[in-house]
Amino acid sequence: MNESLFINIIIGISIASVPLMFAAIGELLVERSGVLNLGVEGMMIVGALLGFVVMSHTQNPYLAVLSAMLGGMAIASIFAFLTQFLLTNQVATGLALTLFGLGFAAFAGRGYTEETIQLITAVPIPYLSNIPYLGPLLFSFNPLVYLAFFMVYLVWWFLFRTKQGLILRAIGDNHDAAHAIGHNVVRYRVMAILFGGAMAGIGGAFLSLVQVPIWGEGMTAGRGWIALGLVVFASWQPFRIIFGAILFGGITILQIHAQGLNINVSAQYLSMLPYLATIVILVSLRMRLKNKTNRTVPNCLGRIFHSTT
Amino acid sequence: MSNRSLSSVVKLSILSVVLAFTSNVYADPVKAAFVYIGPTGDHGWTFAHDQGAKYVKEMMGDDVIITTVESVEENSDSERVITSLARKNDIIFTTSFGYMNPTVKVAARYPDVKFEHATGYMRPTDNISTYSARFYEGRHVIGKIAGRMTETNVIGYIASFPIPEVIRGINSAYLAAKSVNPDIEIKIVWVYSWYDPGKEADAANALIAQGADILMQHTDSTAPMTVAEEKGVYAFGQASNMREWGKNAQLTGIIDDWGPYYLERVQAVKDGTWTSTDVFHGVDSGMVKFAPMNNSMPFEVRNEASKAIIDLSMGAIHPFTGPINKQDGSAWLAEGETPPNYPDLLTMDFYVEGIDAKYPN
Repeated sequence: MNESLFINIIIGISIASVPLMFAAIGELLVERSGVLNLGVEGMMIVGALLGFVVMSHTQNPYLAVLSAMLGGMAIASIFAFLTQFLLTNQVATGLALTLFGLGFAAFAGRGYTEETIQLITAVPIPYLSNIPYLGPLLFSFNPLVYLAFFMVYLVWWFLFRTKQGLILRAIGDNHDAAHAIGHNVVRYRVMAILFGGAMAGIGGAFLSLVQVPIWGEGMTAGRGWIALGLVVFASWQPFRIIFGAILFGGITILQIHAQGLNINVSAQYLSMLPYLATIVILVSLRMRLKNKTNRTVPNCLGRIFHSTT
Repeated sequence: MSNRSLSSVVKLSILSVVLAFTSNVYADPVKAAFVYIGPTGDHGWTFAHDQGAKYVKEMMGDDVIITTVESVEENSDSERVITSLARKNDIIFTTSFGYMNPTVKVAARYPDVKFEHATGYMRPTDNISTYSARFYEGRHVIGKIAGRMTETNVIGYIASFPIPEVIRGINSAYLAAKSVNPDIEIKIVWVYSWYDPGKEADAANALIAQGADILMQHTDSTAPMTVAEEKGVYAFGQASNMREWGKNAQLTGIIDDWGPYYLERVQAVKDGTWTSTDVFHGVDSGMVKFAPMNNSMPFEVRNEASKAIIDLSMGAIHPFTGPINKQDGSAWLAEGETPPNYPDLLTMDFYVEGIDAKYPN
């Protein structure tokens, strides 16, 4: 295998992984606060559409990414309102959000299937990218790729190094106790849900702004659901999201390359691997839960909080 | 066209199906309905069928009322959609292989309604017709162009599902390319989806990185074309003219032109002359057409491609003309022999000799 093919594979993996990384790290924070939002796919597709539309009108990548985040947040705010104020069932509301997002984006994006835009391209970091081997491997990616890694770090730092992060985790583990000592459960959860929306939006926009310069109905093609699986795979630990996203995205790219290189592997079996791993991790979490050694699954995940006082 | 399914998760999106009704009612207009597997904006398979439906409306005007339903999954939901359409329409076109069983079932219950199933072969009641196109004739032409235009001698092929129609396309393109360029090699990547722009782009990038300088696709989105344009390699439009996404990249494109067939069938319903038929048209009838050829192609290449198109339209050549062996070296067609539609073409499940890739199972 020559050097440029190797670098191409690495870049391919980064492009396949980053949408998952964004969406999953957002959902991780949401679930840490005790909320299960199954609407990731819906928020991603709206982000993909808005990013594309704004890029096509303004040619401004910053505005496009910002709009995608706002689009994801707008859809997330519907979820926040329904689940946090009207106390609807989170699973049903999340599913409805995905259906709504897919349908809304398909409808609103009808006029944009004929268009194409200028992709946001990779910006090699000056000087550093000229280092032999390391330069192309570490310093020649798309700016949004670095942002994804930074967001993972930021979420870790917030959850485990700030007071607000501690409160958010406490709310996720026992909302009644957190409420009793005076924390505003609903406010924390709404903020988390909006953050999750913004991250899903940017993850969706990565598809339509970085990967392919087109808008197409349903173009997220199930990536929101993979992101949800990824949170479980990571057992709610931020840095494991990076590993999981690279594994999930990497297998897609590797099996494509293996087919082209005529390496005899079964595409179907390879594609199953990340999901099998997720199931194994789920089972092992369950075992640890039985043994009361669980420290990871937020105890109030998906439970409705109703303040009685 | 079997199993044009998106990921199972997206099945949920069937709830977002959009019903578009045109509402001008005149004296006894024919009511025609179309059921689509994907979004009309895919600029591929479904787009082409929708263009056909629009053509009927344009030609017949107030004499026809057209209803279209898009993104209908090939599960029990399609039976529900077809049934509800059967109550209000005179003729229904179901435009994906996977609608075969639902179409047959509903047709048995509504004997007065005419059904037209694309790419299928079952006509148990006399109110069903089947129709398909010889897209492998189009692959023959782009195969010849690819064989001439490649500099690396590697064609990258983005394939969807291993069904006979897709296999026919790969074999036809390879044989044609090989006939003009003995050093040609074809790299095939199966993405197991009809429509996933992200994955189609991943496949395109991988194939280019592995040395392909010319791409062919049997998936429905414009993503591979955009990648070809960005990376400065050549590609061919699929089902419709994709020049908008590949001004330099698109050499030509295989265009599915269903319009005249749809018009003929709807008109037949109006005239009371409709009968159950089975149609497998190609370049000769204009069901398979080509996008304008790119000016960057040398005169001789354009000339050769044009000649192939003319020969196909006159029936002077057949893309599968022996001697052709199967991949394992066993004989398929003898010198000068051409295959029958059934079973050879319609059930094709092998690569031809020379393709260096494992047949997917």
